[in-house]
Amino acid sequence: MSFQHKHVLGIEQMTKEDIQIILDTADSFKEINSREIKKVPTLRGKTIINAFFEASTRTRLSFEIAGKRLSADTVNISGSTSSVVKGETLEDTAKNIEAMAPDIIVIRHGHSGAPHYLSERVGCSVVNAGDGAHEHPSQALLDLMTMREHKGSIDGLEVAIVGDITHSRVARSDIYALTRMGAKVRLCGPGTMMPIGIELLGNVEVFTDIREAIEGADVVMMLRIQMERQSNILLPSLREYARFYGLNPTNLKLAKPDAIVMHPGPMNRGVEISSAVADGGQNVILDQVENGVATRMALLYLVSGVESMQTND
Amino acid sequence: MAKILIKGGRVISPAQKLDKTCDVLIEKGKIAAIGKGLDDKGAKVIDAAGKIVTPGLVDIHVHLRDPGLEYKEDIASGTLSAVTGGFTSVACMPNTQPVNDNQTVTSYILNKAAQEGHCRVFPIASITKGLKGESLTGMGELKELGVTAVSDDGKPVSNPQLMRRAMEYAKPFGLTIVSHAEDLDLVDSGVMNEGPVSTELGLKGITWVSEDSATAREVMLAECTGANLHVAHVSTKGSIDIVRQAKKRGVSVTCEVAPHHFTLTDEAVRGYKTNAKMNPPLRSAEDMEAVRQGISDGTVDAIATDHAPHHIDEKNVEFNIAMNGIVGLETALPLSLQLVEDGVIDLPKAIALLTSGPAAALNLPVGQLEEGSDADIAIIDTELEWTVDAQKLASKSKNTPFDGWKMKGAAVCTIVAGKIAYQR
Repeated sequence: MSFQHKHVLGIEQMTKEDIQIILDTADSFKEINSREIKKVPTLRGKTIINAFFEASTRTRLSFEIAGKRLSADTVNISGSTSSVVKGETLEDTAKNIEAMAPDIIVIRHGHSGAPHYLSERVGCSVVNAGDGAHEHPSQALLDLMTMREHKGSIDGLEVAIVGDITHSRVARSDIYALTRMGAKVRLCGPGTMMPIGIELLGNVEVFTDIREAIEGADVVMMLRIQMERQSNILLPSLREYARFYGLNPTNLKLAKPDAIVMHPGPMNRGVEISSAVADGGQNVILDQVENGVATRMALLYLVSGVESMQTND
Repeated sequence: MAKILIKGGRVISPAQKLDKTCDVLIEKGKIAAIGKGLDDKGAKVIDAAGKIVTPGLVDIHVHLRDPGLEYKEDIASGTLSAVTGGFTSVACMPNTQPVNDNQTVTSYILNKAAQEGHCRVFPIASITKGLKGESLTGMGELKELGVTAVSDDGKPVSNPQLMRRAMEYAKPFGLTIVSHAEDLDLVDSGVMNEGPVSTELGLKGITWVSEDSATAREVMLAECTGANLHVAHVSTKGSIDIVRQAKKRGVSVTCEVAPHHFTLTDEAVRGYKTNAKMNPPLRSAEDMEAVRQGISDGTVDAIATDHAPHHIDEKNVEFNIAMNGIVGLETALPLSLQLVEDGVIDLPKAIALLTSGPAAALNLPVGQLEEGSDADIAIIDTELEWTVDAQKLASKSKNTPFDGWKMKGAAVCTIVAGKIAYQR
């Protein structure tokens, strides 16, 4: 069994075996990050371009560190979401990037489908680092890696995802990944943030009451409320959101006693998650960040098609 | 002008309730005779045995892009596309640059069509000046130039009071109001039909209510004012039903549907296909079935293409920022004939939806085939199989979701005012 994908556009195209390979590879890379010399020569001579057309700190940093620890040359470009504003089309940008012969383009873009678009127009590998409200595959994979570390297996887990599902690419990728690996997903959020047909994406149940969604869950994942994006049409106030959809020590008690709390970040403390929970003993939020580097190392390694894995220098 | 004798075809003209195998003689741009065994002396003979002879097809919803947007289409290329598809008359929408809201632009279109056009062109003027939705276009003067309908197609007249006044004002001039029924507040920044597919693709959805609520408003205003309302590009189950019920109440309302709305669903958007992006968007399978039901039960009066040419640069971009619309003139006929194949309607009904139906909706003096009428004719081979090659379309623009599709049926000869305008 081997990883056959040239591009990582989403989890939707991945099989259970694909996900298994990525998680196993990430596990084996994780150790490198705790070495004194955090670098292996695996991708020496490869060029990776991190093209971030939408603002990102964590994901960009994580991909950049992942590339550097594999000895690839990583270059970052960033720009406005709208290529039209810059006067250049995404196709022209793609062709210009390609003319410089990169091996992998990691793309973050505000428009759903932009990585798909890019992959049809360039010869190198394309890795989706988040596109619009579509997918964020590396986030879902690091989420699963973290769950596996803490729970031993994904199969049979009850995972509650709470927040703005409509605009969440993390939710979509997590639904695909968790369903393929045998977990059950419970979604919860305001009626204005629950899209039509979301239950068709996988083994999903939709809840309107956070207490019911959390009850007996193994994992509680809180999504960021994008305050900069919200209008009064979707939410009356953040105070009301925190009251009905926020995670706090009281409602967290409804989950299994050993449940873990996750958040893709950046957190709005006091809105979707109280500080007591964010800093509490059940949170694994920084484990997610740590695993993000190993997951992205695995993705870069697997799409680059390097034959033998060299983790020793 | 040469005489033409079309021999031995099955002549179908729904307006005349004509459906028989016979000859059609054309002389001096008019239909001179229809009958069996007509004398072919001095006439160019076209053998139509095994083919269908119909009035030239009529498309009442076309964007010719001229003046102002000639890089997408112009009157010459758009009308060439029309005759290639069997159409001999097109009604063109006013969202040109400048907008067709005055006699100068209307005259420009009519003159250019007379000089360079391959078929008849009927300009539709705007309802409001500059399509701004603020004040009424001078409809009376435009009527004098031959305009028979007004529309702000591409955008709705959002202000209901203004729409009411437009209907009241248009009615005594005999003008039909063509409504682009859409509630922009409900559309918000949606880019495709709202449903499971938009959820999966992470694209912002457009709810069907945005069309239905606007259609309901237009029908109520037409009922209140007594104006002639024509609802453009109906795409939802609810809107079809609203029109159906209105007709039962005796409201003066007609409607059209586009071939893409009875052929495709929002599934076609998968892969972020920008040639499946249009307004109204491709809807659900349930909506598509309802549109077909509306065609079948007579709720729908016309098939109209909403031929919307766009340059490749306007489609070869991310889905969110791609322009809305597709070209339709050269694929409408086989897609409509597919309805016959599928048992939705019979062949004469399909021809009616492409000729007398649209002509009546906009009160156009075409769509007839009888002795003395203008010799606008389509000779159709309903069995001809061909494959769509977008690059070979006569239209300047190639934005079709049907590229590579196998089609059955095509116009093999299109005659406009007694002259052969297209021959396959």
